[in-house]
Amino acid sequence: MENVQGQQHPLGIYFKIWGLLFVLSTLSYLVDFYEFEGYLRWTLILVFMALKAGFIIAVFMHMRWERLALSYAILVPPILLGVLIWIMVIESDYTFATRGIFFGGAP
Amino acid sequence: MAPSDSDSTAAPTEGLTSLAADWSSDQRTFKNVPWGKAMMWIFLLSDTFIFTIFLTAYMTVRMSTTEPWPIPSEVFALTIAGEKMPLLLIAIMTFILISSSGTMALAVNYGYRRDRVKTAVLLLITAAFGASFVGMQAFEWTKLILEEGVRPWGNPMGAAQFGSTFFMITGFHGTHVSIGVIFLVIIARKVWRGEFDNNTRGFFTSQKGNYEVVEITGLYWHFVDLVWVFIFAVFYLW
Repeated sequence: MENVQGQQHPLGIYFKIWGLLFVLSTLSYLVDFYEFEGYLRWTLILVFMALKAGFIIAVFMHMRWERLALSYAILVPPILLGVLIWIMVIESDYTFATRGIFFGGAP
Repeated sequence: MAPSDSDSTAAPTEGLTSLAADWSSDQRTFKNVPWGKAMMWIFLLSDTFIFTIFLTAYMTVRMSTTEPWPIPSEVFALTIAGEKMPLLLIAIMTFILISSSGTMALAVNYGYRRDRVKTAVLLLITAAFGASFVGMQAFEWTKLILEEGVRPWGNPMGAAQFGSTFFMITGFHGTHVSIGVIFLVIIARKVWRGEFDNNTRGFFTSQKGNYEVVEITGLYWHFVDLVWVFIFAVFYLW
């Protein structure tokens, strides 16, 4: 029976992911250092963030070796949070607009 | 370890059929997963929601304020030898946390190999990285409060919400790191004394532990690193 002795994997994969996380962190720091702006900055930051998060969950937290019953129970509910973020983006745009209209602070 | 063979006989172990089979098995759903690990994952899921709500609240106040937001790259700059390095301290903190995640992953691995000494040492190194992270955060807070004059209700650089969201988010994360350091030290002590090898009962639960506890603590620690990835991206780099 696999897995019952816990998650046993060769050490090499941890070192590879470790190195990769360092590279990705350096890259996201360089995005700030070289002062990329606008959509380029955003895309790079979010891509590096998603990659780092993915590698940590998949390898360091062993999610890629777990059975789907557990993976789905943990990874599917956070999708709901996308809805929350989407709603709050609309809400804050509205607040920003009304503040601009009534207090005249907006550009 | 409890016998878990009987409830997984002849059931599919891969793909969507395994998902359906596990959930409809009329037995425990998370097969071959120690209950402690399943519970830790569910706790981390709830923690994910808490941190996302903090970060979403931050996004909301930042997007809706008409005041200029303080530029994180400048606020968190360090002056070294007369030269201003943007975000330097934050970058160092990020690397420290990633390093600690690596040593943690190795500790889990050596734990399952029953390598008592290496596991304990790696756990202590992880705890030391964590403690230095908290130390740097204390330094950063001190600098921000005393030198930059940032308060939860306002600051000289711009939007008042900067202080409240910053202290709330990094404070909550720092608390998580501190709790993690305490747990790491406790587990390292248990491993060092061989309590998982000779079935010593724990001082708190009176249960016999095993090396799964190292992996469960590891899950918590990696989660702390994971949250920092998001804070680093959306708070400091935005």
